[in-house]
Amino acid sequence: MTAVWASGLRKRYKRRQAVDGVSFTVGRGEVLGLLGPNGAGKTTVIKMLLGLVQPDAGEVLLLGRRGTQARERVGYLPELFRYQPWLTAAEVLRLHVRLAGAHIPDDEQRETLGLVGLADRAGDRVGGFSKGMQQRLGLAVALVARPELVVLDEPTSALDPIGRADVRDLLLALRDRQVAVLLNSHLIGEVERVCDRVVILDQGRIAAEGTLAELLGQRELRLRLDDVTAAAEDRLGGFTRDQDAYVVPIPDLDVVPELVADLVKLGVRVHAVEPGRITLEERLLEVIRGGEGR
Amino acid sequence: MRIVLTIAALTLREAARRRVLRSLAVLTVLLLGLSAWGFSRIDAEFGGLTSGESRLAAALVLNLVMFGLSLIAALGTAFLAGPTLSGETESGIALAVLARPVRRAAVLAGKWLGLVGFGAGFVAVAGSAQLVIVKVTTGYWPPDPVGGLALLAGQAVVLLTLGLLLSTVISPMASGIVAVGLFGATWIAGVVGGLGGALGNKSVERIGTVAQMLLPTDGLWRGAMRAFQDPSLISQFSEAFKGHPFLSSAPLTGTYLAWAVVWVALVLGLAAVSFQRRDL
Repeated sequence: MTAVWASGLRKRYKRRQAVDGVSFTVGRGEVLGLLGPNGAGKTTVIKMLLGLVQPDAGEVLLLGRRGTQARERVGYLPELFRYQPWLTAAEVLRLHVRLAGAHIPDDEQRETLGLVGLADRAGDRVGGFSKGMQQRLGLAVALVARPELVVLDEPTSALDPIGRADVRDLLLALRDRQVAVLLNSHLIGEVERVCDRVVILDQGRIAAEGTLAELLGQRELRLRLDDVTAAAEDRLGGFTRDQDAYVVPIPDLDVVPELVADLVKLGVRVHAVEPGRITLEERLLEVIRGGEGR
Repeated sequence: MRIVLTIAALTLREAARRRVLRSLAVLTVLLLGLSAWGFSRIDAEFGGLTSGESRLAAALVLNLVMFGLSLIAALGTAFLAGPTLSGETESGIALAVLARPVRRAAVLAGKWLGLVGFGAGFVAVAGSAQLVIVKVTTGYWPPDPVGGLALLAGQAVVLLTLGLLLSTVISPMASGIVAVGLFGATWIAGVVGGLGGALGNKSVERIGTVAQMLLPTDGLWRGAMRAFQDPSLISQFSEAFKGHPFLSSAPLTGTYLAWAVVWVALVLGLAAVSFQRRDL
């Protein structure tokens, strides 16, 4: 059974097609990253999953179930996170435990607040919280009712670098506990570090998807060379120049010794050889810019 | 039902912890204090009045003050009903709540129930205090205090239900303003209709009737006034009652009460449909 099964989701806002035929799944215990430029439809997709926005077409199953009750074991941190300012942090958690229909002992609720670094603010009114603290509270709300699926929409937008590192650790801990996570984030580094799989949305459609290995499978070699002859350039094949380096795509690292030996034979002076991998950021830009040209 | 009660309790807590309660309390104390002073003056200044005349004056001023109270209740609940729904959808508070396994209709019903509790509680406390003040200062005790207060509470319920419906469609402040505006307009239409009745002009009279059907606040208010008046006054001063905005000559009919209940159910149902369809 998958944690999220979405098929053919469509949504139109007046003249703009916000989401256009999006289908994907999130497995149990899997962390899926949702990437894409502003206005790609990421938040709309998330809201359709949770019943906050009515899709024009398409179907959603959460944890194998349909409709309101499907959200029983789902935690959600919205992009626009605000909690009742007249309640204390502990009261907000108690409210959400009740709404989820769960029975979570007070100790465990306090632990969840501790997990997000709000242990000593449990009795304070939310109205006096900073944005970062409200976002931490939102994380606690998403985690408090023992969810099996957690949906996080930009969970670190208001956090400092330490808070971001905390969230990363939290995500990895969730994955260890076989909790599925759907993560929408602008911070590509964050996604690259924690996600098993990535879906890239562009203009309401899925532009690319796959595991990180699949998306970033292509490796490259950066060489700093002197005395490069025409014959040596032929040997390098489809290279590009990046300042004084030659960048050569390679299928795997096994081809490197042979390539270097051939270059030396051709009279090239080899100063440096650095194997590299294209980053998720480069891949994302490639996908989106490629999409613009379509 | 668990969700309805949870949200109702949350709404009551919101009302209790927000500034609106304090402003309401200040306004009420101010009004009650002024009325206590006014009623004590009626007795002192108009010593020459017959007992019937002084009872008429007491009933009239009581109705006037009760109108003030009903206005405070109406303003308070309408301005609570607006922010509690559309304010929460605007600010994002509703996102986390509605992503839980809850039906939107249950959340709406909970809000409504909480607001009804708040409005009815306010009318009961402030209204009873007012009646006691009148009793102490002038010795006047209305014939049907419980019925009158219940109708005043009903008026607040009608207005807050309208406020909820409006807040599913328009912004929080606008929904409060429109609800209170309609409340005032219906009251004026009721007064105009009453004058039409007094002058024997049927078409003018109809304005009041139609307004009282469209928004039952004014009809319920007239029923409440009737419950606060000494019934013997009508036969004694029938001329004074004709078209008077703060005296009521005709009792409420059961049909009208039933219509008010149906009206509330209809508007609440409409609010539920409108809220259900809304994209957050």
